[in-house]
Amino acid sequence: MIKAYSTLIIWGVLFFPLLSLLFLVSQDGLGANPIEFSIHYLGGWGLKLLLITLLISPLRILLNWNWLSRNRRLFGLFSFFYISLHIIFYVGIDQFFNWHDILDDVFKRMYITVGLIAFLLLIPLALTSTKKMIKKIGGKIWIRIHKGIYIAAVLACLHFFMMRKGVQFEPLFYAGLFSLFFLFRIYFYIRRKNQ
Amino acid sequence: MLIKTIKINDIKSSEITSESSYYARRDFLISLTAIGGGIALGSLALESKAKDLKISEFKENKWTKEYLGESLTSFDDITNYNNFYEFGTRKTDPSKNAKDFKSKPWTIIVDGLCGNPGRYSYDQIIRTSNLEERVYRFRCVEAWSMVVPWVGVPLKSVINLFNPLSKAKYVAFETLLDPKQMPGQKSNILEWPYREGLRFDEAINPLALLAVGIYGKELPNQNGAPIRLVVPWKYGFKSIKSIVRISFSEHEPQTSWNMASASEYGFYSNVNPEVSHPRWSQKKERRIGEFFKQPSLMFNGYQNEVESLYEGMNLRKFF
Repeated sequence: MIKAYSTLIIWGVLFFPLLSLLFLVSQDGLGANPIEFSIHYLGGWGLKLLLITLLISPLRILLNWNWLSRNRRLFGLFSFFYISLHIIFYVGIDQFFNWHDILDDVFKRMYITVGLIAFLLLIPLALTSTKKMIKKIGGKIWIRIHKGIYIAAVLACLHFFMMRKGVQFEPLFYAGLFSLFFLFRIYFYIRRKNQ
Repeated sequence: MLIKTIKINDIKSSEITSESSYYARRDFLISLTAIGGGIALGSLALESKAKDLKISEFKENKWTKEYLGESLTSFDDITNYNNFYEFGTRKTDPSKNAKDFKSKPWTIIVDGLCGNPGRYSYDQIIRTSNLEERVYRFRCVEAWSMVVPWVGVPLKSVINLFNPLSKAKYVAFETLLDPKQMPGQKSNILEWPYREGLRFDEAINPLALLAVGIYGKELPNQNGAPIRLVVPWKYGFKSIKSIVRISFSEHEPQTSWNMASASEYGFYSNVNPEVSHPRWSQKKERRIGEFFKQPSLMFNGYQNEVESLYEGMNLRKFF
């Protein structure tokens, strides 16, 4: 049963952060600085979903959760969706399309430079996510393009770390999780090669 | 009853003093004093003990809301959007985690180059009759800002109590170190206790305030109870909270954010739109409660009062 409905449930789960945000907006619950809150919230979910996307393959290998891995693309696309909203909010609300100030940020604020590169790296992944595109460009090239998620994830973690003042626990926690998944993938890669 | 005892942390948002009702009430109390004499009001104020300060007795000064001409940030925002890493790194952490903080009794240790070192109680330092209300801009290094109606005494008047020696060139401050009460101190994001400092002439500038209240009430714990510094021409982190130590020294004291990252946070940290921070352009700021950013002002708009302190100094070097 779960398998049959899994896709539906996953859609619901993935939309939940956005619905929560809209609920908070309706309740005037975004606190003293609603713009900052929304941007951090959207970026936070983008990063969380990016890491969850990377967790799916290890879970498939360890627990045989094929139902989840069938939906990996959905997680990745929702991560991209939240990161896009994060950037739209920054450009359109926080900076209110002040391109001069935005460019100033991009070139002078390292954490914004790093974050933007991570986003740019994710665009080809999103564009080549359909079955049609996989066929069109071929599996090998597709895999190579999609390895970019690892670089994007490293940069996204770095972006979060640099954004916070001082050395804070939360960004380190995310970076630690990423390292864990990455080491796991390397371990399995080596094991498969030796078999 | 005119004045009730209110525990600040228990206030529902619906009950929070709005700017207009705060001023209406104050005007009413002042007129009461004028009509009925101070006696009746005095007894009312005594009954109100805990969290209300005796607002009819503020000493006159020029830093009124009218003088500033900008609207106040709401009590709700000032008390729920705080950087006070001793209670957690999120803006909403301090209001949640500082609820049970004990700010009474309170002792401040005074040491270093002064004639009257020793342990001082809160009451020895703060005389209620000296309290002033000052409406100041408050500009955080993170490019947001507020307008806060502080209650406090001029720092200079307190420094004079300690009879500093002429050798004293700097004043250093320390926040309480108590990881049991301040859970944020269990992580080493900063080297605790929190430290700040001013040059002596900055400290005795008439703008510098030791604040004990906001909106006519005692300082809520998350805002640095019971006693904190307010230096409105500097970024907010210079305005150290919950002070337990004041030291006079010949040499520039170490300051917490400078120790954590000297390239980002200078000793002076004057608000300066011309000198950008690696993470924030300081040209603009978002006033809490407003949508559009506004240009930041040199010395946070207190140029006339403090400019002379920095004559001949390269403010890019001494940022």
